[in-house]
Amino acid sequence: MRITCPFCGERDRREFYYQGAAVALERPVADAGEEAWDAYVHLRDNPAGVTKDLWYHESGCSSWIVVTRNTVTHEILDCTLACDTKSEVSI
Amino acid sequence: MRIAGKGLIDRSKPVRFVFDGVGYDGFAGDTLASALLANDVRLVGRSFKYHRPRGVLTSGSEEPNALVTVGNGAAAEPNVRATVQEIYTGLEAKSQNRWPSLSMDLMAANDLAAPFLGAGFYYKTFMWPSQFWEKLYEPIIRRAAGLGALSGESNPDKYERAYAFCDLLVIGAGPAGVMAALVAARAGADVILVDEDSRMGGRLLAENCEIDGVPGVIWVDRVLSELSAMDNVRLMSRTTVTGAYDGGTFAALERVGHHRAARHAGLPLETFWRIVAKRSVLAAGALERPVAFRNNDRPGIMTAGAVRAYLNRWGVVPGQKVAVFGNNDDAHRTARDLLAAGVHVAGLIDSRHNAPDATGFPVYKGAMVSDTTGRRGLESITIRSVSGEDKLATDCLAISGGWNPTVHLTCHLNSRPVWCDDILAFVPSPSGVPGMGVAGACSGAFSTDRCLREGAAAAVAALEALGKSAPKTQIPDAEDAPYAIAPLWAVPGRGRAWLDFQNDVCVKDVKQAAVENFRSVEHMKRYTTQGMATDQGKNSNVAALAILADVTGRAIPDTGTTTFRPPFSPVAIAAMGAGAQGKGFAPERFTTSHAASVERKAPMIEAGLWYRPSYFPVPGETTWRQSCDREVDMVRHTVGVCDVSTLGKIDIQGPDAAEFLDFVYTNTFSTLKIGRARYGLMLREDGHVMDDGTTARLGAHHFLMTTTTAAAGQVMRHLDFVHQGLRPDLDVAMVSVTEQWAQFAIAGPKSRELLNGLFDADLTDAEWPFMACGPVQVMGVRGRLFRISFSGEHAYELAVPSRYGDSLFRTLLARADTLGGGAYGMEALNVMRIEKGFITHAEIHGRVTAFDIGMERMVSSKKDCIGKTMSERDGLSGADREQLIGLNPVGAVKQLTAGAHLFNADDDPVRVNDQGYVTSVAYSPTMGHMLALGFLKNGRARHGQKVRMVDHLRDLDALCEVVNPVFFDPDGERARG
Ligand SMILES: [Zn+2]
Repeated sequence: MRITCPFCGERDRREFYYQGAAVALERPVADAGEEAWDAYVHLRDNPAGVTKDLWYHESGCSSWIVVTRNTVTHEILDCTLACDTKSEVSI
Repeated sequence: MRIAGKGLIDRSKPVRFVFDGVGYDGFAGDTLASALLANDVRLVGRSFKYHRPRGVLTSGSEEPNALVTVGNGAAAEPNVRATVQEIYTGLEAKSQNRWPSLSMDLMAANDLAAPFLGAGFYYKTFMWPSQFWEKLYEPIIRRAAGLGALSGESNPDKYERAYAFCDLLVIGAGPAGVMAALVAARAGADVILVDEDSRMGGRLLAENCEIDGVPGVIWVDRVLSELSAMDNVRLMSRTTVTGAYDGGTFAALERVGHHRAARHAGLPLETFWRIVAKRSVLAAGALERPVAFRNNDRPGIMTAGAVRAYLNRWGVVPGQKVAVFGNNDDAHRTARDLLAAGVHVAGLIDSRHNAPDATGFPVYKGAMVSDTTGRRGLESITIRSVSGEDKLATDCLAISGGWNPTVHLTCHLNSRPVWCDDILAFVPSPSGVPGMGVAGACSGAFSTDRCLREGAAAAVAALEALGKSAPKTQIPDAEDAPYAIAPLWAVPGRGRAWLDFQNDVCVKDVKQAAVENFRSVEHMKRYTTQGMATDQGKNSNVAALAILADVTGRAIPDTGTTTFRPPFSPVAIAAMGAGAQGKGFAPERFTTSHAASVERKAPMIEAGLWYRPSYFPVPGETTWRQSCDREVDMVRHTVGVCDVSTLGKIDIQGPDAAEFLDFVYTNTFSTLKIGRARYGLMLREDGHVMDDGTTARLGAHHFLMTTTTAAAGQVMRHLDFVHQGLRPDLDVAMVSVTEQWAQFAIAGPKSRELLNGLFDADLTDAEWPFMACGPVQVMGVRGRLFRISFSGEHAYELAVPSRYGDSLFRTLLARADTLGGGAYGMEALNVMRIEKGFITHAEIHGRVTAFDIGMERMVSSKKDCIGKTMSERDGLSGADREQLIGLNPVGAVKQLTAGAHLFNADDDPVRVNDQGYVTSVAYSPTMGHMLALGFLKNGRARHGQKVRMVDHLRDLDALCEVVNPVFFDPDGERARG
């Protein structure tokens, strides 16, 4: 499996640390309530198909990357810096 | 028997080798199989289950029968395919699975018991009594059934891993593969051409054919010499692509040393490659399948294509009177080639009534071979036709049941091959592996002309995808003979007709599986063992499932294939694990004081990848405890020096650095004064403790965070996530500087005395109070000083750039020596932190909250931070929680152990009564007895109570008193004073 780091280019997946669903970027406000926090910390989809998850280029440039990929075909559809994704969401 | 003037072997280079203790002669270019056949050795092995005599069946890596052990002692390698092993002078090979010898194998008695050993016999025969299985049946079966054995000694051979990248990977160097490589290389693409054979050319080496008016061998050698002269081409022979993986990644095994007479000191035996290719072309060819009929497994019976290969490539005929049996036109080629070489062709048996005519040998049209005779090798065959049965004397039978495209790699990403009625075989599904084109025989194109055209077309398609323009290429002239085939999987009749030679599976076993309702092809495989072991049924799977389809009344495509998985051919674990044997390439991290510590005879212990000194023995000390107790005493009374560089150090800078720290730490850092350090606690977002450490403020926008050694990587990752993923709005940057700074703790009542004289000015309490930090000049070097303490003593940590670490450590030790102090190691450090109740990851092990360790007040109510909301959940605080406590043994000295559990004094020590557990223990020379830290339900309210510590594993039971976890100097006066 190859991941294209926006800074470093296409690299072997062993250079990356896998974190989990990109849901982790959508942190609720402190008083969002139990359900929102439960969903944020604990609840994850397990899709057969397109999913977004977070990879850390630990043996490279230290970027957190949102990888959009297909769990069925293993195709990688998109790699975006987490900080860019985040800026889009917050604005 | 060798034929004069034929073959590609080098007759000027004779090679002497040994098989089963007998010396034989061959030539450079021979495989073990071709050399044995040249010496008329037909019997080369015994079958897995019935110990039937078996000979060479094929001329390639798919060989099921001719498995031998090469070499001796620890370097002996079992299950080597004689059809792949090249001979060299001094080669020693042995046959396998026979006792006492190949020609007189007593285990062949199994063959007489065959009626009891059919499909599923393991499951049926040895069902009961159950205790007999382990003691009686299994050992007997294991001795009788099997392939070669490992030496049982440590493998002395070297294996390597290697990596390669290219635009186009071409797998297989037959006509299709070399054509694809040529077109792509001429267009300027980076090409890797891989072939499993020792010599590239594929079937062109084995066939009597012409391309552009010259023999195929000459044509292919010309192309290969053009390719090898190009800088953008890498040719890898003896290399098998064993697996296709995601993202254009391929695994390949290169046999580097197997063909060399002596192990070369600088070369590995094998290299396991990871090849990443933007595009790939599979040109893996096809494998010929035999036909099943009674006694079709005798030595001397081979595939027709193999007979042709032995004749044309190695100049060997495996018999004097050769018969050919087939269901397709390709079989006729074998007969023609043999005749042309002057070999007596006893007859050609073709199951088709409309088979082509021939001159020079009789053709039996519409006939089949129904049985054979010959105990240790073929002597005659029975030919059945409408007019009855005939016997024909022959010592070699060449069979062709058709060719199966080598689709394996196209299926490794879970694609299934597609049935093609024209050639009665499976062909690759078009989208099996993204970026992979298929060309030549592996796509079902069997003529040389079609191979060349498909190879060129696949290269053009790859070039287009790579954005390169393809030059116009002339396709060379070559034969385009039709491949006419009629279905024939098994000749009907009584007796055992063999399908899987390696696992001794017969047609009736497959039928039996279906009768017992193992109708799914995957079930049939497991029930009969069809297609298992080293060859994975490359010759036999398609025939087996054709028979299964027939018995179950389904079409072949509806029956389907079993799953193709990597590796394509066997890969030694040693090759896959190259670089990981023993210490291998495991990284080691050494502190700058490593050499000085080793000089002082300190035993170094692993801490993650780091190596740290356990203790520093002095003359007269014989146990670690003596050294440790002395070092603790030394720090408590004079001064000690300890390397603490392994703690994570993260430099954090920017206008928003303070706000960032307020968000990752539970407590507040924006209020921290420049020149001061503060203890900080970090939570995970689920409300549990992640890590702790001190962070110093070096400037308004500049902090230096320390983490525990164990969590340094995790914390760095976490900070990057919080910044990039949650707060990219903050103007802050951070980088690990753990390796850039050497840092030493100087601890004890004489620590200031030790340091005074090193700096421009002496240290004073007014300028350097507890938790002060700042820049210092250490004998002219810019360093940093922190007045922090992990021992509870008046202490400092002094940091200098790493290149000065060794020098500073030696300087500090020299000064400590004059004060009656010295170095201390991890054991003493651990004892002192337990005496002080300081936590490590033994305590903050992932299930512990700030409340549990008595630090809930450190979670600031004035701001949000990571983990704060979830830490306020019900159940993460309160009396039901197990809370950090200290334990003193009651009465005479008692052994306390980490991992032991705590119970109320009067309760049974069973799980339901569990009250907590012990996390850290030490003998405290300061207190004069053992101490423990642990967690106890409602522990903070239970100081003074007695609890029972029980360690069921070590059989320990001790009464303890629950106390404040800060055993020594609870008010912290020594560190502040
Ligand atoms: Zn990167």
